[in-house]
Amino acid sequence: METVVCVKPVPDPKQWSKISLDPATKVLRREGVETILNPLDRHALEAALQIRQSQGGRVRVVSMAPPFATEVLRETLALGADEALLLSDRAFAGGDTLATAYVLAAGIHRWGMPELILCGAESVDGSTGQVGPQLAHLLGFAHLSYVCGLEEVSPERIVARWQVEEGYARVEVRLPAVLTLTREVNRPRGMSLMGVVQARGKPLTVWSLAELGVDANLCGLCGSPTQMGDMWMPESGRRQEMLQGEPEEVVQALLQRLRELAVLPGQ
Amino acid sequence: MEFGFTPEQELIRKAAREFAEEGIAPRVAEMERTREPPLDIFRAMGEHGFLGITLPAEYGGTGLGHLARLLAIEEVARVSPAMGFMLQVFALGAAPILDFGTAEMKQQHLPALARGDYFATVSVTEATGGSDPMGITTTAVREGDHYVLTGRKVFITGSSLCDVQTVSAVTGKDERGRNVISAFLVTRDMPGFKAGREEHKSGLWGTQLGELVLEKCVVPAKNLLGKEGDGVKVAMKAISETGRPGIAATALGIIARALQESVRFANERVVGGSPIGQYQGIQFKIADMALMLDAARLLCYRGAWMKDQGLRCDVEMSKAKLFATEAAMVAARHCGEIYGGYGWLQEYVAQQLYRDAAILIPSAGTSEMMRVIAGRAALKG
Repeated sequence: METVVCVKPVPDPKQWSKISLDPATKVLRREGVETILNPLDRHALEAALQIRQSQGGRVRVVSMAPPFATEVLRETLALGADEALLLSDRAFAGGDTLATAYVLAAGIHRWGMPELILCGAESVDGSTGQVGPQLAHLLGFAHLSYVCGLEEVSPERIVARWQVEEGYARVEVRLPAVLTLTREVNRPRGMSLMGVVQARGKPLTVWSLAELGVDANLCGLCGSPTQMGDMWMPESGRRQEMLQGEPEEVVQALLQRLRELAVLPGQ
Repeated sequence: MEFGFTPEQELIRKAAREFAEEGIAPRVAEMERTREPPLDIFRAMGEHGFLGITLPAEYGGTGLGHLARLLAIEEVARVSPAMGFMLQVFALGAAPILDFGTAEMKQQHLPALARGDYFATVSVTEATGGSDPMGITTTAVREGDHYVLTGRKVFITGSSLCDVQTVSAVTGKDERGRNVISAFLVTRDMPGFKAGREEHKSGLWGTQLGELVLEKCVVPAKNLLGKEGDGVKVAMKAISETGRPGIAATALGIIARALQESVRFANERVVGGSPIGQYQGIQFKIADMALMLDAARLLCYRGAWMKDQGLRCDVEMSKAKLFATEAAMVAARHCGEIYGGYGWLQEYVAQQLYRDAAILIPSAGTSEMMRVIAGRAALKG
């Protein structure tokens, strides 16, 4: 089975406290923040590798991102992917989810259509969860989002657990299809040094707008029907009351306030 | 001169960091409590390729080299100095087989060691000979097609958990009456091989240290590493070019962790209305730790680069070991002091780093012996 996994490089959530927003230019400053593979995409890659083990075939990984994303793609090769493709061009910058899905769809189409496309359910930075379904629509694939388990996989269909509010629904999806996956679907394997060595010989291709042959007006900011209106850092605080006095006085005052707030019974 | 790492080296570092953070970090509290070596983690090291990092592909290794090895040890040691220490010991144990073993020995043991099927160490130190490897009293007497080894080794990391050990023993005297020392590959299944007393250390909990007792241990003559008289060369090449840099890399992990924890606390702890990191006294300690980490890394990486180029590097590795281990003690103490009273509570890592760093100083040669080596080399000009 041919599987393509869509991945995205994102700022490491463990270092988000280092990110700041320039209030004037609305540019995010993220110097010193490492870029990692979007965590849920790691689960998608793991699912693809397990499917390859049972069904045979290949696992290819694609990303639309700036040039530095080659590091993340190299990591996917070390984790076991067979081939990687980076779609990178200034014309793709600033794209919303639809423009991103358009470029990914074009790239996958040109690269060779698979039976199955797997994505993480959402990225930790954007958290829209839209690219997977949009990609499916553009390619004419079936799709199922927020898949939390894969029960049966065959060349024609997949029986999946679809996460719903109170549990899951069991859904059969005919291939070709796009599935977006949650963290419950599996536990990703760690990177081994054997994988790092094997990655040396695996193809990592970079295509720009010219090689992709798509309409620049449908890419990047130009091709985005949604535009960012504003961005700000929300302030969160808590109401505070300071009680002064000797410990016994403070205790009595605290008890009285808790009664007034109906946390404690009485008046 | 390039000071950056290649993309592949960055991947190696990342793989080690993930392994440490996901597979080792959750077990550190347990190791601190039980002090038991986690055999499953050692096997996982093999499954992820960390045990074969310096072994050639023909023996099941990845052949990534000694610089890659130090990167991996540092990342593991940053999470658990004990696990970093064991990771480096296992490569130390494989080194004599790789450098001096017969083709049969290499084929028999190296792939298994790379996979983590079992583990190896080097057993040299005795009560009479540590800093002075010539002072050992374990004997190896040739009897037909085997040697009979009798003696007791002390302070051996992995004495009871390593099935394969390179053991040095006296096989005779030279014309001046000095010991002629040879090295043997001794395995647990040989009659007379016995793990002796277990030592209870003040730190590096999760490692295993003890005695190896050889009670007329029968070792096939074909298990001689090199030839008779090569014992000091065999042992010291492994210790100086693989053991010492491994310990230095463990020290790098301690310094890195001490700095990381100190920075975090200095930014969070507020005294007098300001985070304590605003005060020069704290800044000076953190500056010193950052400087020591940079300097120790450069010394370690230089030695490893030389080893990867096939250059003699015993002096450089001794300097790296001396500087890094002494710096680890200073950094751990600074970390404890930045934490104030909290620094010496078992709930916080500073006291663990201090206890762990202390044991690195006498391992694979004391700081004094490292100074002897560096001094002699410098005096030669």
